[in-house]
Amino acid sequence: MNHWIIAPVLLPAVLAAVQTLTMRHHPLLQRVFSLAGVVAVLAVALGLSLHAATGEIEVYELGNWPAPFGIVLVLDRLSALMVLLTAVLGGLVLLYAIGSGWDQRGNNFHPLFQFQLMGIFGAFLTGDAFNLFVFFEVLLIASYGLMIHAGGARRLKAGVQYVIYNLLGSTLFLFALGTLYAVTGTLNMADLAVRAAEIPVEDSALLRVGAILLFLVFAIKAALLPLHFWLPETYAEAPAPVAALFAIMTKVGAYAILRMYTLVFGPDLGATADLIDQMMIYAALITIAAGMIGILGAKRLGRLAAFASIGSMGTLLIAIAGFRPETTAAAIYYMLHSTFAAALLFLVVDLVRERRGEMGGAIQPGPRMAQHGLIAALFFGAAIASAGMPPLSGFIGKLLVLDAMRDMAEVWLIWAVILATSLVAILGFAQAGSIVFWKLAPIPDEPVAEAPAPQPALPIVAVCAMLAVIIALSVLAGPMMGYIEATATQLHAPDGYISAVLGTN
Amino acid sequence: MELLFATAIGLLTAAGIYLVLRLRSFPVIIGISLLTYAVNLFLFGAGRLAINLPPVLRKGVETYTDPLPQALVLTAIVISFGMTAVVVMLALGAYLSGREDSVNMEDSAAPDQENKA
Amino acid sequence: MDSAAIYLPIIAALPFLGALFPGLMIQAGRNTCAAFTASATILALILLLLCAPAVMRGEVLTFGIDWLPSLGLNVNFMLDGLGLLFAGLILGIGLLIILYARFYLSREDPMGQFYTYLLLFQGAMVGIVLSDNILLLLVFWELTSLSSFLLIGYWKHLPEGRQGARMALTVTGLGGLAMIGGMLILGNIAGSYDLSVILTQKEAIQASPLYLPALILILLGCFTKSAQFPFHFWLPHAMAAPTPVSAYLHSATMVKAGLFLMARMWPVLAGTPEWFWIVASTGLITMVMAAKIALFKDDLKALLAFSTVSHLGLITMLLGLGTKAAAVVAVFHIINHATFKAALFMTAGIVDHEAHTRDIKRLGGLRHLMPITFTIATIAALSMAGIPPLNGFLSKEMMLAEVAATHWVGPYWLMGALATLGALFSVAYSFRYIAHVFLGKERSDYPAKPHDPGFGMWAAPAFLTVLVILIGFMPMTFAGDLVKVTAQAVTQADPYVKIYHWHGLVPAFWMSVIAVLGGALLLTLHAPLMRMWNATPRPEAKVMFDAVTRAATSLSTALTDGIHNGALTRNAAVFIIAVIAAGALAWSGGNALGPTREALPITIIPAIGWLLLVLATICLVAFHRNRFLALVLMGIVGLMVSLGFVYFSAPDLALTQISVEVVTIILLLLALNFLPRETPAESSPARRLRDAGIAVIGGVAVTGLTYAILVRDFAMESISAFHLANSYKGGGGTNVVNVILVDFRGFDTYGEIIVLGIAALVIYALTETVLRGPGGRWLANWGAHRYAEAGDRHPLMMVVATRVMMPIALMVGAFIFLRGHNEPGGGFIAGLIVAIAFLMQYMASGFAWAEARQRVTYHATIGLGVLIASVTGIGAWLNGRPFLTSDYGYLHFPPIEEFEWATAMAFDVGVFLTVVGAVMLALNSLSSMARRSGETVNVFPMDINPAREDAPKEGEA
Repeated sequence: MNHWIIAPVLLPAVLAAVQTLTMRHHPLLQRVFSLAGVVAVLAVALGLSLHAATGEIEVYELGNWPAPFGIVLVLDRLSALMVLLTAVLGGLVLLYAIGSGWDQRGNNFHPLFQFQLMGIFGAFLTGDAFNLFVFFEVLLIASYGLMIHAGGARRLKAGVQYVIYNLLGSTLFLFALGTLYAVTGTLNMADLAVRAAEIPVEDSALLRVGAILLFLVFAIKAALLPLHFWLPETYAEAPAPVAALFAIMTKVGAYAILRMYTLVFGPDLGATADLIDQMMIYAALITIAAGMIGILGAKRLGRLAAFASIGSMGTLLIAIAGFRPETTAAAIYYMLHSTFAAALLFLVVDLVRERRGEMGGAIQPGPRMAQHGLIAALFFGAAIASAGMPPLSGFIGKLLVLDAMRDMAEVWLIWAVILATSLVAILGFAQAGSIVFWKLAPIPDEPVAEAPAPQPALPIVAVCAMLAVIIALSVLAGPMMGYIEATATQLHAPDGYISAVLGTN
Repeated sequence: MELLFATAIGLLTAAGIYLVLRLRSFPVIIGISLLTYAVNLFLFGAGRLAINLPPVLRKGVETYTDPLPQALVLTAIVISFGMTAVVVMLALGAYLSGREDSVNMEDSAAPDQENKA
Repeated sequence: MDSAAIYLPIIAALPFLGALFPGLMIQAGRNTCAAFTASATILALILLLLCAPAVMRGEVLTFGIDWLPSLGLNVNFMLDGLGLLFAGLILGIGLLIILYARFYLSREDPMGQFYTYLLLFQGAMVGIVLSDNILLLLVFWELTSLSSFLLIGYWKHLPEGRQGARMALTVTGLGGLAMIGGMLILGNIAGSYDLSVILTQKEAIQASPLYLPALILILLGCFTKSAQFPFHFWLPHAMAAPTPVSAYLHSATMVKAGLFLMARMWPVLAGTPEWFWIVASTGLITMVMAAKIALFKDDLKALLAFSTVSHLGLITMLLGLGTKAAAVVAVFHIINHATFKAALFMTAGIVDHEAHTRDIKRLGGLRHLMPITFTIATIAALSMAGIPPLNGFLSKEMMLAEVAATHWVGPYWLMGALATLGALFSVAYSFRYIAHVFLGKERSDYPAKPHDPGFGMWAAPAFLTVLVILIGFMPMTFAGDLVKVTAQAVTQADPYVKIYHWHGLVPAFWMSVIAVLGGALLLTLHAPLMRMWNATPRPEAKVMFDAVTRAATSLSTALTDGIHNGALTRNAAVFIIAVIAAGALAWSGGNALGPTREALPITIIPAIGWLLLVLATICLVAFHRNRFLALVLMGIVGLMVSLGFVYFSAPDLALTQISVEVVTIILLLLALNFLPRETPAESSPARRLRDAGIAVIGGVAVTGLTYAILVRDFAMESISAFHLANSYKGGGGTNVVNVILVDFRGFDTYGEIIVLGIAALVIYALTETVLRGPGGRWLANWGAHRYAEAGDRHPLMMVVATRVMMPIALMVGAFIFLRGHNEPGGGFIAGLIVAIAFLMQYMASGFAWAEARQRVTYHATIGLGVLIASVTGIGAWLNGRPFLTSDYGYLHFPPIEEFEWATAMAFDVGVFLTVVGAVMLALNSLSSMARRSGETVNVFPMDINPAREDAPKEGEA
C-alpha cells in the first residue's frame, strides 16, 4: 500500500491547517511554508509520475475498505500527469503571487491557495464519483476565496456571479449523482463502469439522463458553450495569479470528461453511445469561435486573455470529443500546452496592468512602461503560444490536434474552423500588441518619472520560468508524446483500471 | 406517497429556478437554497422511500432503509451550508462595496474598468 | 550521408544563435554589433560553401534527427541545388544587407533590435530552404511571417509601419494557415511528411481526389507570400520598413519563399491542367498588372515594390507553364532578379538617405551629384529593363521564347502578347527610374544636398551590379552550373541548359524589340498618361483591407460584448434551458419501463406536511420581495423538509437539517441588517412570464425524473447492503449513517469539514477586505444615523435565559456527540448545537462583549479541527493501514449509556471543532461589520439603561 498517493491531498491540507493555526500574522512564514509545501508536492508528483510511467495502476483504499464500498484513490498515468501539471503550475504561480505581492493584498491567501491545490489534486486522484463531487466543492470554495482576494466592487460582483453560477453547477452534480446511484446502486467509478455495461435496457433512459447531466457538470468547468458564461468576467476580474492558477480549473472539467467518458460511459457502451460526442464536437467548435472572436473583440487585456483560454478549451474539447486513442493523445498534449499558455498570458497581462497604473489593461495607447521592451517581448511570446504559432508548443499542439482529426467524419469542418479562427486570433493579438506596446500615448509621460520605482525581479523570473516550461514542452515534444500516447492507450483500455480497483484480476 | 414526494421536489425546484432568475442577489440566494432543499430530497430519494426503517441496527430487525444516500445527503447539506454562508457574505460584501445588490454587471466591456489591486 | 551534411543543422542554427548577440553587443558600439551579426552569417555562408561542391556534383545532402516522430514532424534537412541557390541568396545578400544597414540606420534607431530581428528572419528563411520535412518547413514558414512582422514594424512610431506590419502578418498568416491544411492533406496522401518521400509520390498525389484542395491550399500559401494577385497589396505597404528590410525581405528573399515552395513542389504538383491554369494565369495577370502600376508610382520604393511583384509574377508564370525548359528560365530569372533588384533597392535607399526624399517628382538630375550611385542604378535598371547584354535581358528573352510557344486562352498569340506588354511596362518604369531620378537638369530644391555616400553604403549594391554584368556577359561561366543543378533539383530531371545572347530573328527577339521601343515611347508619353491614371478611379487595396479588418474587429466586439454582457440572469436562464433540453434529449433516446415498486400509501400526516410545504413555497415565491417574510417562509420550508426526513426514517438528516436551518436563517437575518429590506419589482411581466415558464418546465422535469426513480427498484443491488452488514462488526457502530460518515466514507467527511473551514476563512478574508475598502467607510457613517431609533438591544430576559441554557446546551452537545456512533447524532450536529448555544449568548449580550470573554481564536479552532482529523487519519499509517482506517473498543460511563471509543471519535472531534470554529468565525465576521456600523462595545452583559441615546438594536433574531 503506497501511502504517497494521498500525499498530494494531505500535504496541502495539513499545511493550510497549520498556517491558519499558527502563522496567521506572519506573512513571511506563510510564504516560506507555502513554497516549501509546493516544492514538496512537486517532488511527490514527480515520483508518482515515474511510478505511473511503469503502466501499473496503484489503488489506495481509504479506511482500508475495499472498493466499491469505501473510497479509493487511483493513480494511473493520466492522474499522475495531471497532478504533476498542477504542481508545476502551482509552484510558478505561487512564485509570481509572492513576488508581485498579490498574496499580501488580502487575508488568508496562502491557506486558501493550499486548499485550492488540495481540492484539485483530490479531484484528479479520486476513483469515487461522490468523492469527486466533494473535491469539486473543495476546489470551488477555495477558488471563491481566491477569486475575490483583495476585493474591489467589480471583483466582488464578478465573484457573486461566479459563485452563484457554480452553485447551480454543484446542484446539477448532485442531481446527476443521485440519478446514477438510483440506477446502478454504486458510486465507485470502476464499479459504475462494470454496472453501466450490464444495465438492463429498460433502465437505459435513467442511465442516459445521469450520464448527460454529469457531462454538463464537467462541461461547465471546461467552459464548453453555452455553459462558459461564468468564465470571462471571473478570469478578467480575478487577481492575476489566481486567474493563472484557474488555467488548471478548466482542465479539471476536461479531465473529468476524459476520465468518465472513457472509463464509465465509453464510446462502445450501448446505452450512452453517441449520446455526447456529436453534441460535444459542435459545441466545441462554437467554443473555439467564441474564444477567438473574443480575442479580436476584447477591449481589455484581461478579457482578451480570458477569451484566449476559452478558445484553447474549445480546441482541447474538440480533440477530446474524438474519443479515440490518437485524438486523446493529442488532447492531452494540448491540455498541457494550453494550461501553461493561458497562465503565462494572464501573468504577462498583469505585468502590463501593474505598470500602466490607471490605464490598467485597457487596449489603448498608454505611456511607456518600465522594462517596456522586456514586457513587450514576453507578451509576444505569450501571444505566439496562445495563437498557436511556431516555434512554441501551441503550434505543435495544433498540428497534433489537426492531424489526429484526420479520420473523423467532420474533419473538413473541424480543420476549417480551427485554422480560420487561428487567423482571427493572430489578428487580435497583433492589434492588441501593436496598440499597447508600439503605439505609445502621444503625451510623452516622461518615462524617467516612473523609472525610479524599482520593479521586483521575482515576478519576471516566474513569468520567464513559465515561458521556459512552454519552450520545453515544444522541444521535448517527442519524449513527452511517448508518455502521453501510452496514457491514451491506458485510458482507452479501461479493463486494467477496473480490475485494479475492484481487484478482479 | 412517491407522487407527493416527487411533486414536492418539483415544486421546490420550480420555485428555486424562478427566484434564481431574479435580478437582486438576495432572492437569488433564497432560490439557491430552495434548489438545495430540492436536490437534497432528490438525492435522499435515490435510496427510495421507506417508513419506520431508520438505518440504526437493532436486534432482530432485518430490513433497514438505504443508509448510503442519507450519508451523502448529510455531506451535501453541510457543504451547501458552507456555500450558502459564503455566498451570503459575498453578496453582502458586494453590496457594501458597490452600493447596489443587482447580480448583473452593468458595463462588462468598459475598457478602463479592469482590476487594479 | 555525405560528411558535409553534418553542417546543415549548423547552417540553419547559426543565424538563430547569432540573434542572441546584437542585443548585447550594441553596448560595445554599432560597429561591433554589426561585426558580430555579420560573423554569424559569414560562418553559415562558409559552411554552405563547404557543402557546395558535393551539391554541384549532383549529390543531395541530407541530415535528420527525430523531434516528434509520432506526428512525423522531424528535424530533417536536405541540401540540393535548389536549396543551395536559395541558401546562397539568403546568406549572401543577407551579408550585404548587414553591411548596408550598418551605414543606413541612424543613431536613433535601436540597431541591436534590428540585427536581432534580421538574423531571426535569416534563420527562418534558411530553415525553409533546407527543410526536408514539410511540417518543419511550416514551422520556419510561420517564423518568417513573425520576424517580418517585427521588421516591418521596426519604426514603431510610424502608423504606416504598424499597419503595414499587421497587414503583412495577416495576409501571409492567412496563407500560412491555408498551407498547414494543404501540407497535412499532402502528407496524408503521400503517407509521410518528408519531402524526400513526397517527391517520389507524383502519381499517387495527382491521382488523389484530394489533389485539387491540397494544391489550392498550398498555392494560397505561396501566392500570399510571393504577393501574387490578388494578394499582392500587402507588399507595397510593407515598404514602410527601413530600406535594408525592403531590399532583403521584399525583393531578394521572403517574397521568393513562395516561388521556392512552388519550385520545391514542382515535381509532384506541376504538369496538371489545374496547375497550369491556376499558376500560369495568376503569374501572367500579376506580371502585367503590377508592371503597369509600377509605371505610375512616384515613390521610388513603391515603384520597385510593384516591379518586384511583377517579376515575381513572371517567375510564377514560368513555373506554371510546367515545362522543364520554363523551369530552367524561372531558376535563371530568380538569380538575375535577386541581383539587380536588391541593388536597385539599395540605390533607392541611398537616394532617400542623401536627398531625404524618395519622391520622383522632387528628384532628377542627380547624375552629376551622385555619379557612383547613378552608375550602379543605371546598370541595374537596364538589366531590369532587359537590355542586352545584361543578365536581365537573357532571362527575359528566354521567358518570351517560352511564352511564345505556349497556348493559354483565346488566340494562340495572346499569352505572348500579354507577356510582351508586361515587358514593355517593365522597360518603361526601368527607364523612368533612370531618367526621372538621375537624368534631366539639376534642381535647386532638393530637401537635402545630395552627394554620393561613403564606400560602406555603396559597396553592397556595387558588388551586386558587378554580378549583373558578369552573368550578363558570361552566363554559362558564372551561372550556368548553378542554374543546371538547381533546375535538376526542380525538375528532378537533367534539363538542357544553354544560355546565349543571340537566338536569331525568333519571335522572342521581335517581342523584346517591341518591348524596348514601346517602353521608351511610353516614357515620353508619361506625363499625359500620369494625368489620365490619376483621373481614373482605382480600387485601393489598403482601404478595403482596413475596412474589412475594422469591420471584423467591431463586429467581434459587438458579438463578444453582446453575448458576454455579464448578465447573470440571462446566463443562468441559458444554463437551465440547456440542462433541461439535454436531459430531455437523453431521456428520449433510451427506454424506461413502468414501476417495479408498489407505491407507499398516502396517509394524513405527511399529506398535511406536503400541503404546508407547498403553501410555504408558493407564498415564498409570491412574497419574495419582502425579504424578512421570505426568510420566515424559507424557515418553514426547511422545517417541513426536516420533518420529511424524520418521517422517511432519516433521523440524522432531520437533526442536521434543522440545526443547519437555524444557523442559516440566523446568518441571513444578520446579513439582512445591512441589506435592503425590500426587493424592488424590476423585471417586466414578460420576463417574469418567461422565467415562470422555464421554472415550470424545470419543475415538471425534476418531478418526472424523481417519480421515475422512486417507482423503480435499483437495477442492481446497492453497495449499501455491505455497509449495513459491516457497520457493526467492521465499523463498530450501530448507526450506519454515522459509520458511513466517519468510517466507510470518512474521506468525504474529511473533505466536507475542509469545505466548512475554507468557507469560514473566505468569509473572514472577505469581511476584512470589505471593511478596509469603501464598504467599511460607508458602513461607519451609515450606521450612525441608522441606529438612531433606540431600543433595548440586549433584553434582560433573553440574557438570563441564555445564561441558564448555556450549560444545558453544552451537555446536550456532548451527549449528541458521544452517542453519535450508535444513535442519531455525531460531531457535526453536536458542533452546530454548541455553536447555536454560543450564538444565543452573542445575540443576547452582543458579539463584542462575548468575544472579550472568549480566549481561543476561531481560526485556531478551525485549524486545530482539520489538523486533528488529519492526524487521526494519518495515525492509521502507524500500523501500516491506509489513511482513516479506524480502530475501536468499548468503554462504559455510568451516566451515559455504554458507548464505544473509536479513532473515528477523534476524527469526530476534529469535525466538531471545525464546525464550531467555522460557524463562529462567520458570525464573528458579521459582528465586526455590525461594530463598524456603530454598535458600541458594551462593558455590561446587558444594557438596562434606556437613557442610552445610540443604543442600536443589532442582530435581533
